[in-house]
Amino acid sequence: MSDALPPRKSGPLQKREARLAWGLLFPTISSVALVVILPLMAIFWISIKPITLADLRTAAPTVYEKLRGDFATGGDEGTLEYRLKNSSRRQEVTEVKLADTIPTGLHILKLDERCELSDQKLTCEFGDWQAGYSEKLRIPVQVNQQFIDDEINVRSSKAQISGHGVSALLNGEFTLTNFTKIFDGGEFWNVMGVTLFYTIFGTIGALFVGLLAALILNKEFKGQGVLRGLFLFPYVAPVIAVAFTWVTLFDPFSGSANALLLQMDIVDTPINFFGEKPLALIMVTIFEIWRYFPMAFLFILARMQSINADMYEAAEMDGASPFQQFWALSMPQLLGILSVLFLLRFIWTFNKFDDIFLLTGGNAGTRTLTVSVYEQAFAISNIGAGAAVAVIIFAVLLLFSLFFFKFISREEGL
Amino acid sequence: MTRFRYGYITAPIIGFLWAFTIAILVAVIMSFISGDLFKPSLTFSLVNGVFVGLTLLYLKANKRLILMGLTLLIFLISYFGFGAVFIGEQVSIQNRMVTSLLIALAIILPINIMLTDLNFGALTRHDFEHAIIKFLTWFGYLFFTFIVVIPFYVMLMTSLKSQQALLANPLDFSIEFSKGWALFRSYIELFRDFNFGQYLSMSLMISVLTVFITLLFSVPGAYAIARLRFKGRAAMSRSILLIYMVPMIVLALPIYIAFSTVGLRNSVVGILLIYPVTTVPVALYMLQGYFRGLPAEIEEAGLMDGLSRLAVIWKITLPLSLPALASVSLYVFMISWNEFLLAFMLLDDPSKFTLTRGVAMLNSSEIPRQHLMAGAVVATIPIMIIFLGLERFMTKGLTAGSVKG
Repeated sequence: MSDALPPRKSGPLQKREARLAWGLLFPTISSVALVVILPLMAIFWISIKPITLADLRTAAPTVYEKLRGDFATGGDEGTLEYRLKNSSRRQEVTEVKLADTIPTGLHILKLDERCELSDQKLTCEFGDWQAGYSEKLRIPVQVNQQFIDDEINVRSSKAQISGHGVSALLNGEFTLTNFTKIFDGGEFWNVMGVTLFYTIFGTIGALFVGLLAALILNKEFKGQGVLRGLFLFPYVAPVIAVAFTWVTLFDPFSGSANALLLQMDIVDTPINFFGEKPLALIMVTIFEIWRYFPMAFLFILARMQSINADMYEAAEMDGASPFQQFWALSMPQLLGILSVLFLLRFIWTFNKFDDIFLLTGGNAGTRTLTVSVYEQAFAISNIGAGAAVAVIIFAVLLLFSLFFFKFISREEGL
Repeated sequence: MTRFRYGYITAPIIGFLWAFTIAILVAVIMSFISGDLFKPSLTFSLVNGVFVGLTLLYLKANKRLILMGLTLLIFLISYFGFGAVFIGEQVSIQNRMVTSLLIALAIILPINIMLTDLNFGALTRHDFEHAIIKFLTWFGYLFFTFIVVIPFYVMLMTSLKSQQALLANPLDFSIEFSKGWALFRSYIELFRDFNFGQYLSMSLMISVLTVFITLLFSVPGAYAIARLRFKGRAAMSRSILLIYMVPMIVLALPIYIAFSTVGLRNSVVGILLIYPVTTVPVALYMLQGYFRGLPAEIEEAGLMDGLSRLAVIWKITLPLSLPALASVSLYVFMISWNEFLLAFMLLDDPSKFTLTRGVAMLNSSEIPRQHLMAGAVVATIPIMIIFLGLERFMTKGLTAGSVKG
């Protein structure tokens, strides 16, 4: 009897299934590629370019046309002036050309050597302009009576200027200064330290508090549903609302928290919770714990409710005390979800931007890596440097993710 | 630990700790309501707590009469200034009575429950730990409720105050009902002068559209990953998670640059291009977890009866996964409603603001605090109403993807 082996090659049915699968996944894959993969690659590109916010506009020539002189009667002379400029201070524009229609009645006396005139059409070729180039092109003109009577405006025919500018994003200029600047001085390691403090304590705190909340709600009683809903409030409310509320509550001058502490004689002078050096970081971390314990709570509670209750009855019969039951029965069952949550929250806290940005703006020793990206790119408007920090974030995350998948594939069987 | 395992030691300790907890809580609550002086007193908490603990332990007071008597006693002690909370002299008689009653009830009843299983002498480890756990549980209920409610309470009450009242006493959150509709001045001004009505509808529209687009993309994708066999399936399901871990700020920078050059900044279309992509991976992950849990046999029966795959998804899988779809929609709605970073970076034109962007605009030194808080309330209330109405779905949906029973 021959062994019945499964077919090795994929048959037509399997091929069809695979095609269908890729077809179903296509919209997701393409959109994600467009908005995630492409920007990620862009970040790497930008990080090695010397580029600031102002360079985002492509270099282009500009022109401003004006007729100078007093014209009282026909035959008066004046100047037709074109103010020419390269809009960029850092990029050159090539093959600049100007074209304009000269109104009839305006007689050109002397033409610049770069320009030509035919049928009232003026065309000039300026060649290449370096960065920051500017010039006033003056053409002496004479007007006739008709021109004055009709009140003709030279700008009624718009001067057209064209030229090729290369966007600072696409030119061949590369640099490593973005990275060397980051690592210069102690600033970077300071930021890294703050990030790690925030991430580690924020994660552990949220998990621990979430575990406690889950423990007290893991029983049936009246009002359990109400409390469970209530505990999720910090997580569900918009970050902007709760962050500003915390700022208002802990304001050193008009905050209720300080007023309370002063009235109870606990402190003599108001505390600047979000403005003093070590305290601000601690407060920001507490905010993080407050805002994200509900998430840990939700997952841990769901896991707890799926643990078989018989086990606890048996343990109770054997005389195990509540704490013994917790350590010996609940904890081992919760370890899986706790470690998954730890990794997830660790990465998300590491990535967190809005919370600190809204609470302190990264001041008073709370600048994390993500806030630093924003600071560099928009406050100092050095986009290249911001991108370099982003690249570092990405590298650190990649390390985490490798670890994460090694770990989670065991835990979750993904 | 064994040294504490006597009723006459455990009970007073629990009594004291509980009395002090209640003292802090009541003092803060009364301060926040009236703005007057209330202060927890460590010494009197100790005296009151130890006394209550020992009395209840000794009398085994499940009889109503004793409990009522004790409550009255603590009430009187507190009223005349020897209670766990020190009450300032300018406090009105009414508030003084409310405070004392609150303290008496909040101390006596829970301590009575905590000590039911204890006897006066040596305790078993079991009973001892049970008492401790009861204490910690009650403490937890109060603690968590307190830390969650206080910020929202401050948010709401600040929005109802006037600038002068806030500066005069930042603690006084009492509502001046005499002002009538003027109480809502900040809200009226927000909607009249700051265009909040428009921001509200803008946020609503963007969030609803984001939900639809997300579902449109993620349902087929999730089904493919959950059910169909193809090469690279495991890699796909992993890379979805991986995308979930890319920080938004890293993406926001190049998106900002691209949108600036293409001219999509300050446009609803630009926002609608970005928002769904940030939510699709989450939705896909949650949905595929749910699809996997559905019995494959029903779908196979459908296939056998001659339905195509797409018809199976439409006629069998989707109707079966309505609860999951509801929870995913809710979660996606929440994400896009609360989204701040992208709105902040991509929108500068006040006519295109979403609600969160509008609230961020209020955070300036020229605009009074109560307007900012009113804005925060306006941004919070819709999502809270939706959440409270559909909390069950939310809870299930959030945990569906990753928790296996």
